[in-house]
Amino acid sequence: MATKLLEKIDQEQRNGRSVPDFNVGDSVKVYVKIREGDKERVQLYAGTVIARDGTGSTETFTVRRISYGEGVERVFPVYSPSLEKIEVERSGQPKRAKLYYLRALSGKKTKIKEKVAKEDRAEA
Amino acid sequence: MQGLIGKKLGMTQVYDANGHHIPVTVIEVGPCVVLQRKIAARDGYEAVQVGYLDQKPQRVNKPQAGHFKKAGVTPKKIVKEFRVDASNAAKEGDTLTAEILEGVTYVDVLGMTKGQGFQGVMKRHGMAGQPAAHGHTMHRRPGSIGMRTTPGRIFKNKRLPGHMGHVNITMPNLKVVQLRKEDHAILVHGAVPGPTGTIVVVRKALKKG
Repeated sequence: MATKLLEKIDQEQRNGRSVPDFNVGDSVKVYVKIREGDKERVQLYAGTVIARDGTGSTETFTVRRISYGEGVERVFPVYSPSLEKIEVERSGQPKRAKLYYLRALSGKKTKIKEKVAKEDRAEA
Repeated sequence: MQGLIGKKLGMTQVYDANGHHIPVTVIEVGPCVVLQRKIAARDGYEAVQVGYLDQKPQRVNKPQAGHFKKAGVTPKKIVKEFRVDASNAAKEGDTLTAEILEGVTYVDVLGMTKGQGFQGVMKRHGMAGQPAAHGHTMHRRPGSIGMRTTPGRIFKNKRLPGHMGHVNITMPNLKVVQLRKEDHAILVHGAVPGPTGTIVVVRKALKKG
């Protein structure tokens, strides 16, 4: 039971953060701010979104990628100030809400069907 | 006095200056009204009696109604006392808000924990129990609880099954993450006792900062 105040705090945490509309199955590029001492730099992390969890300002998403032959998964809060931006590279059309089955697969089988916008489909 | 009666509103998370998210409990604190200022000369000790949340007038008996009338306030649901120094200037009818917690970095939160009912020793005291399989017929029992003819009795305070939870506890030294005076609320780091909606007392930490 969320009270009005909790909703207000939730809204404040999300304010000023523009997050693109992305879903499970999309290929995304996440620009992560990294602080080393007092210097700050941006690291790129690209992969497939395999899960989105939670609601409101506490929502997180999991990005999976194969890095040097090893599967790597990172969980980011959607509205984290440590994310400079999120870019959607390719929209997928998965048949599941959570793509945990990708963990057991490799190569061609990890491909997700690309989502085609309605108007594009009509032309083809 | 740096303490108030409040209500636990729930938990969420907020981002700090470094971009880390920290778990917080949102607590509504006050506004509380002063019902009585107890002084050493008359009452034997120094304290401020405060009330929180309005009560329907028909729910209070005559002596209580008189007590509220004396302070010139509407009847209150929760009445508690806070010990203060003799120099405290609070007087009857004053309203205390979250402002009195201004500048406080650590608070203690007092409240009643969730009741767990009658529980065994594994949950209640964290005992190990016995193996689940390989022919064992005893699984979650306490095991031996004493010796033999000597001493011939079970020691006091032996940890055994029983009622768990629903006790008043103090969560000491919780960090204040945010003080929202206009919302009459305080955000403290971590969890506080009881379910959402429970009545708690928030006071300046006695042992820290």
